[in-house]
Amino acid sequence: MTLDKRMSATEVVAGLADGMTLGIGGWGPRRKPMALVREILRSDLKDLTVVAYGGADVGMLCAAGKVRKLVFAFVSLDAIPLEPWFRKAREAGTLEVLEVDEGMFQWGLKAAAFQLPFLPTRVGLGTDLAELGGLNTVRSPYDDGETLIAMPALKLDAALIHVNRSDWRGNVQAFGPDVYYDEWFAKAAAKSFVSCEELVDRMEDHYPDNAQANIFERCFVSGVVHMPCGAHPSSMPPHYGWDMKALKAYADAARDPGDWAAVKDRFVGATEAEYLATFGGKEAVAALPLPIF
Amino acid sequence: MSDVTLVDLCILACSEAFRNNGEVIATGVGPVPRLAAGLAKLTHSPELMMTDGEAYLVEQPVPLGPRKYDDRKPAGYLPFSRFFDSAVWTGRRHAMVTPTQLDRFGQINLSYMGGTHRQPKTQMLGVRGFPGNTIYHPNSFFFPAHSPRVFVPDVDMISGVGYNPAKHVAGGNFSAVDLRTIVTNLCVMDFGGPNHAIRVISLHPGVSFDEVQAATGFPLHKADTITETPLPSSEALAVIASLDPHGIRSGVIKDNPFALRAAS
Repeated sequence: MTLDKRMSATEVVAGLADGMTLGIGGWGPRRKPMALVREILRSDLKDLTVVAYGGADVGMLCAAGKVRKLVFAFVSLDAIPLEPWFRKAREAGTLEVLEVDEGMFQWGLKAAAFQLPFLPTRVGLGTDLAELGGLNTVRSPYDDGETLIAMPALKLDAALIHVNRSDWRGNVQAFGPDVYYDEWFAKAAAKSFVSCEELVDRMEDHYPDNAQANIFERCFVSGVVHMPCGAHPSSMPPHYGWDMKALKAYADAARDPGDWAAVKDRFVGATEAEYLATFGGKEAVAALPLPIF
Repeated sequence: MSDVTLVDLCILACSEAFRNNGEVIATGVGPVPRLAAGLAKLTHSPELMMTDGEAYLVEQPVPLGPRKYDDRKPAGYLPFSRFFDSAVWTGRRHAMVTPTQLDRFGQINLSYMGGTHRQPKTQMLGVRGFPGNTIYHPNSFFFPAHSPRVFVPDVDMISGVGYNPAKHVAGGNFSAVDLRTIVTNLCVMDFGGPNHAIRVISLHPGVSFDEVQAATGFPLHKADTITETPLPSSEALAVIASLDPHGIRSGVIKDNPFALRAAS
């Protein structure tokens, strides 16, 4: 068995199938594996169930009609609070949805990671989530007898995650102030595909001192794609901040012209190199300042 | 003091919600709640904990708006990746937020308005963390424009738990549902009426109860004594100004009026 897991983005997408449940790491406009998402947008893949703390990844996939069902707690571009392409899809009634709380969401990923059918939680009681999502309750078998929501496992056929570094074998390192729930996307998935800013042959020969940044182990990594600027236009600290100008142009395009087919070339490009060139190339991305909150 | 703005009065009123909370994460979402949490920490409640708005815990509240990236001085770490473990699901937090709607039971909505869940007329953010926040820790609210569109009899979608007995399913543990304070551009309210009904506890200068009631989509109760919401002291105003060096708060309430109506 070879431990060289390198592959191209095209090979990653070729390994996905119509109808799959796909988890996408990151959070809103942060740490999103956008280059892999763009590769999906260049493909014929369809009927996906997308599970994400959503940003432009979800908006674009919805706009392109790739999404049959969406599992979400929010979809937002942060400084642009409401993701306009996601809104369009919702308001057109074209999406099946499972709307859950942010905490329930990660709980569902953890249930999948631990190979459990569900994990109990108090969260969701007293709201409309259970009824709308068809979520059932369980009763504690102990003396308290408490009624709890059974948050179903969010089992993923595949997860897409963007990290700062990886080696050929899938030993990843993730930096930046917050890595969100990428670990749990990786563990909830049958296969995880990781794109990275920097690729090395053997991590121990290059960055042994950063091993604590190995947020999930290589047994959870099926493929590694070298993809500098692969999170653009989302942020990837410490390499670059989000590209708010690009996100604003993308958001504005939902209103004018409002037709994804008319703007897809601009926000996806025929190739990744072409896409990056549209936004000033790697140098321009590297110069994007980190966001200040 | 006639040049005190209404927004600064609201920030002071909001900051009172964070008094005597103990060592909890004070989360203020939006300029006014965030400034209020900072004001509380720098004046009466130094024990409050808060983040820099991203992932680090700071002991000096981070000012609003543009500044140098590394101006923050982290004293601790609270990323989203452990936010539920540390802050929300342990109940060690008090959040002040601005939902799109709030109803007579204190139920809130941030998800959609009109239409159906399958096809909303207006899609908003999604429930975010409201279901967990409201069942696990105290919550307060700030609304810059008190109106019947915000204060509705029943929200279009229940994104956060309130005191609606019909939604408290048998056997569920709702003991931590703790809705505290509502501050608006007109008044301060709490949930101290019969069965947690919303009541007015103070009116901002020059505002009448009838005016508040007319701007609310359900009947309000009155506290036994309704006071006038106090103006911030010069010390409080200086703290607020230091936390908002770019004056971002001036855009929160329409026309940025003075607190004393006669002065405007």
